[in-house]
Amino acid sequence: MKRHALASAMVFLLLGAAAYGALFVAPTEKTMGTIQRIFYLHVSSAWTGLTAFFICFLANLLYVWRRQPRWDWVAVSAAEVGLVFTTVVLVTGPIWAHPVWGIWWTWDARLTSTFVLWLLYVSYLLLRTLVEEPDRRALLSALFGIFAFIDVPLVFGSIRWWRTQHPQPVVMGGSGSGLEPTMWYVLLFSWGAMLSLMALLMRARYEFEAIRGEADLVRREAEGM
Amino acid sequence: MKNLNSVFAAYLAGWGIFFIYYISIARRTAALREEIERLKNSLNRGK
Repeated sequence: MKRHALASAMVFLLLGAAAYGALFVAPTEKTMGTIQRIFYLHVSSAWTGLTAFFICFLANLLYVWRRQPRWDWVAVSAAEVGLVFTTVVLVTGPIWAHPVWGIWWTWDARLTSTFVLWLLYVSYLLLRTLVEEPDRRALLSALFGIFAFIDVPLVFGSIRWWRTQHPQPVVMGGSGSGLEPTMWYVLLFSWGAMLSLMALLMRARYEFEAIRGEADLVRREAEGM
Repeated sequence: MKNLNSVFAAYLAGWGIFFIYYISIARRTAALREEIERLKNSLNRGK
């Protein structure tokens, strides 16, 4: 309990430092001005969400291979946490877009593929509520989770393969892409802070799933009396 | 400092979503622990 409180405090401090870096340390971008500071929250949340979905994908593969409940618990924890980070991306994106583009939303390849990704993982979690039997639920959702991950490379490639309203990539974007060094450091620090938040949330969510497994066992025992 | 309100709105929304999620996990976990305790007590009474 004490270790958990200490970890939470550390993550809170890291997030505070990341926000300070984004708001006061990073230089003001020439074209967009102050509004570009949303970039550090938006991009680090997006990268963390994709990391969580990758963990979910690996855990789903491991469940199909090993059939151990703990991989199902890791997968559902990563899916739910990834969904939370993607929700932050979908909320902060329009707040940034409106003053810059003059619109809240457009159906370009990056925005649409990200929204589809969000819908796929909502479906993954809904699917889990529809199947009662734990082993069957774990296998079906693992197979669906492997399928859902197909959209992740599409999200990554959308701004590289097609012309979009969304800005071009700052990483692996070819010539002309990249960031000013201080902006890079602030972005990487923000991503580190978000990854620590992801780890904290996933640990809490995994613990919940493990307790749910125990609750299912006790419930069945109570019903069998 | 044009658009500063939008920057604060984005950070508040982002942190708000993370905070609400963290609280929801804590509440769901506490509710499950209580249910397990209740079920275990009723099982013990039935034995």
